[in-house]
Amino acid sequence: MTPQSFGRAIRRTEDERLVRGRGSFTDDAGSAGLSLTMVRSPYANARILSIDISEACEVEGVRAVLTYSDLPGRLVEPLPLLIPHPSLVAPRTQYILAKEHVRYVGEAVVAIFATDRYVGEDAAERVIVEYEPGEAIVGIDAALGANLVHDDVPGNVAADHAEHVGDVDQALVEAPHVLELNLDMERSMGSSLEGRASHATWDRHGRKLRIQNATQTPTSVRFAVANILEIPDEQVDVFAIDVGGGFGTKVIHPWPEDILTAWGAIEYECPVKFTEDRVEHFISSSHERAQRHQIKVGFDEEGRILGLDVDFVHDNGAYTPYGMIAPLITATQLPGPYKLPNYRVRFRSVYTNTVQVTPYRGAARPHAVFSMERTIDRIAAFLEIDRAELRRRNFIQPDEFPYDLGMIFQDGRPAIYDSGNYPELLEKVLAMIDWDDFSERRSQTPPGRRRGIGVACYVEGTGLGPYEGGHVRVETGGKVQVSTGLASSGQGHHTVFAQIVSDELGVPFEDVEVVTGDTRRFQYAVGTFASRAAVMSGNAVAEAARLVKEKAIQIAADALEANPDDLEIVDAQVQVKGTPARGIPLAQVAVLANPLRYSFSEAARAATQFAGAGDPNEPPIKPGEDPGLEATGWYSPIRATFASGAHAVEVEVDTATSEVEILRYCVVHDCGRLINPLIVEGQIHGGVAQGIAGALYEKMAYDEDGNLQNASFMDFLMPYCTEIPEVEIDHLETPSPLNPLGIKGAGEAGVIPVSAVIAAAVEDAEGFQINHMPLFPSELHEMRLRNAEVSQ
Amino acid sequence: MNAEQSYEIRLKVNGETQQITAPARRLLSDALRGELGLTGTHVGCEHGVCGCCTVLVDGAPVRSCLTFAVAVQDREIRTVEGLAADDGELHPVQEAFKECHGLQCGFCTPGFLMTACALIEQNDDPTEEEITEAIAGNLCRCTGYQNIRTAVRYAAEISRSDKT
Repeated sequence: MTPQSFGRAIRRTEDERLVRGRGSFTDDAGSAGLSLTMVRSPYANARILSIDISEACEVEGVRAVLTYSDLPGRLVEPLPLLIPHPSLVAPRTQYILAKEHVRYVGEAVVAIFATDRYVGEDAAERVIVEYEPGEAIVGIDAALGANLVHDDVPGNVAADHAEHVGDVDQALVEAPHVLELNLDMERSMGSSLEGRASHATWDRHGRKLRIQNATQTPTSVRFAVANILEIPDEQVDVFAIDVGGGFGTKVIHPWPEDILTAWGAIEYECPVKFTEDRVEHFISSSHERAQRHQIKVGFDEEGRILGLDVDFVHDNGAYTPYGMIAPLITATQLPGPYKLPNYRVRFRSVYTNTVQVTPYRGAARPHAVFSMERTIDRIAAFLEIDRAELRRRNFIQPDEFPYDLGMIFQDGRPAIYDSGNYPELLEKVLAMIDWDDFSERRSQTPPGRRRGIGVACYVEGTGLGPYEGGHVRVETGGKVQVSTGLASSGQGHHTVFAQIVSDELGVPFEDVEVVTGDTRRFQYAVGTFASRAAVMSGNAVAEAARLVKEKAIQIAADALEANPDDLEIVDAQVQVKGTPARGIPLAQVAVLANPLRYSFSEAARAATQFAGAGDPNEPPIKPGEDPGLEATGWYSPIRATFASGAHAVEVEVDTATSEVEILRYCVVHDCGRLINPLIVEGQIHGGVAQGIAGALYEKMAYDEDGNLQNASFMDFLMPYCTEIPEVEIDHLETPSPLNPLGIKGAGEAGVIPVSAVIAAAVEDAEGFQINHMPLFPSELHEMRLRNAEVSQ
Repeated sequence: MNAEQSYEIRLKVNGETQQITAPARRLLSDALRGELGLTGTHVGCEHGVCGCCTVLVDGAPVRSCLTFAVAVQDREIRTVEGLAADDGELHPVQEAFKECHGLQCGFCTPGFLMTACALIEQNDDPTEEEITEAIAGNLCRCTGYQNIRTAVRYAAEISRSDKT
């Protein structure tokens, strides 16, 4: 009998073609047709006085050079605001090509369609744009000053939002102790190794626009392109076959280049491709992470938090295509696993003349966790209570679920934790890193080094709606075809969805083939983000498989003249329970599911009109039924499911170089039931690596004029294997009661508490407060000097 | 501006000699992907830092995004498409990356495979330091490198057992 697939570390089905170099990434789609090259703004804030394209047009191989004034129809409008919100008082999105004004270095100004990118770059050099530069607004201080990024947005405030639970003012007045913290984090970015890309072809005869796009959300790209080009949705197909990493950046859409390639393909009647280069990815995609927090916390003698007041500023860059989702996540995820009877949060999301800020893996939770965990550690230090103990005293307890935070989460629904066991997570991670015996290890620290340990906990809202769907179809050859609309960018969806369908339907894992992110196969979807794909599409394909199973049993019951209740599906055969001899292969059921006039194979003859199948007094397709052994299932949860975890790290800091070395990194992770532990652990490894990158190595180094000075892999210190330690992982499996599979999301988890836990460990090693991330050696060195001055 | 001069370039890739016509500035990465349709070689940064475009030239790892096609005429070029045996059997590095979950999105993978292949074909019993040294010039944003290290170790192991 086929073993259960769910829960096993099955090797990925994706890998066979990828290791052979047979992936199908967007830029692989061929070089016929035209290549799109963009001329981008060299100024962070400037008025466009004139654009001279005449010389560029002369370059041999150039088909067209476009500026804003050349754009037709709805292409002149600003790009869509993807997520409106009542507190987003002044949303602004960019134009496909800059209209009169540029607001960040990298903003698209001119589009060149040429035979290849080499020619496009030649032409780009010959475009002459005259600018009148203004003062650049870079960083939160400047954003809060007098100069404006958008003339009609006073104070540069895009959004001003506040929420509260209980009475914070009263709680802070009554609290025996009150502490204040000022914390801030720098920017980083997703930096997928494949940049943005789109390849559009227009089939003039079939009237079909086919777009291969490096996106996390093909269905939404389709609607956006069709809407802007004013053509029917039915004329647009969008597919993302292989996507070379997304990390949130590729959920943003449509990019100017998505629209221009699609429009160009129709206009010039040939394929048009855009492939972003690395510099463009740095200066014209999306960044994340810059926030500044002011915190006031009141607590009792035991360290129980009585009131928490957080006021933060979020730098959203020049535009807000994704609305205020990132800071909203910070606000609502800040409480983490702790009980906050009185919590108030207010944020302002402000414009600067820098690349737009949209969610990057973790989606502004790293800031939330940094603030909460720094606060907890500060209270522990003040009261001289063990940091782990202080956490125990504030945890939501396992018997308190569902636990209502009293806030509205990023899905517009109440933030209600569905399940979890935070005390056990903590105990497990403490045991793993041997927390209690740390002082002994510290006493053995080699000369010239300081050793520290830290722990951090988090809760992550995952698997949010509105919905996903899945389609399952049994072919007459026996293969099972599965499709779902959201796209994959390395998460192993093809493997885990096949595991789920294999179990639900009773077929071997090897017989299940999965397609994701292709509107030709599945038209309705939301997308891959917010650690939602496994929860959403996993439950949707499970539901589809259950419906197919029901249908198969019904058809087989007729054929076997058996009671449907007595049938089961084992090893792709529908049979009388426990009696394999009385059965019919699922492939044959698929034949019978589609009554035929015309046979196409030996097997298909059984379904033709003279084969004697079916009751001659009933219509071949009974009312309410559809032909084919297939079904579509949907999953639409009432609200998000909340995963959680605890990380612990032991570090050594060099007293001379201020370099931080990670000695051990431990993770205990709870994403409910594990579909495939190999894949979940891979997600955690990658997440922790990105967390370490953000904690110790990466930032977007803007100068005061808004130039990104480290816009290359030479200068942006994305870690190699030499910087990333081994990550030790253990799991807790607290099922979610919200979905039939009991699963929670896992994609972003790894990254979320890393800055917090490393700050805690370095603080423990150094003995002074760490309020700022990332911790470059130079920064840590300066912190040491400042601290030495203060303590003198 | 007139079109630039093109050259006839003989490229010997994965044992097969092919002729392309391209200007002198055509990068090897673009020639492989565009002219020869060998899209397994990926381009991640175009400035020689990420390692996605790594191919072997006369057995040594080379950044094809920093190499002009015209400069490697008649040299032995090996790409990810040339790793598996003629009968389709996977090379030990390919087998190992699959087995150890050494890839996620798969974009950096060809570069790692070629780098690891060069290491293991020269030294099938590398130390941990030698593995680090070999792969420390390739960026991966998905895996955190842990399973890549495991895969390289395992590839060496397969390679050794293949010989005995």
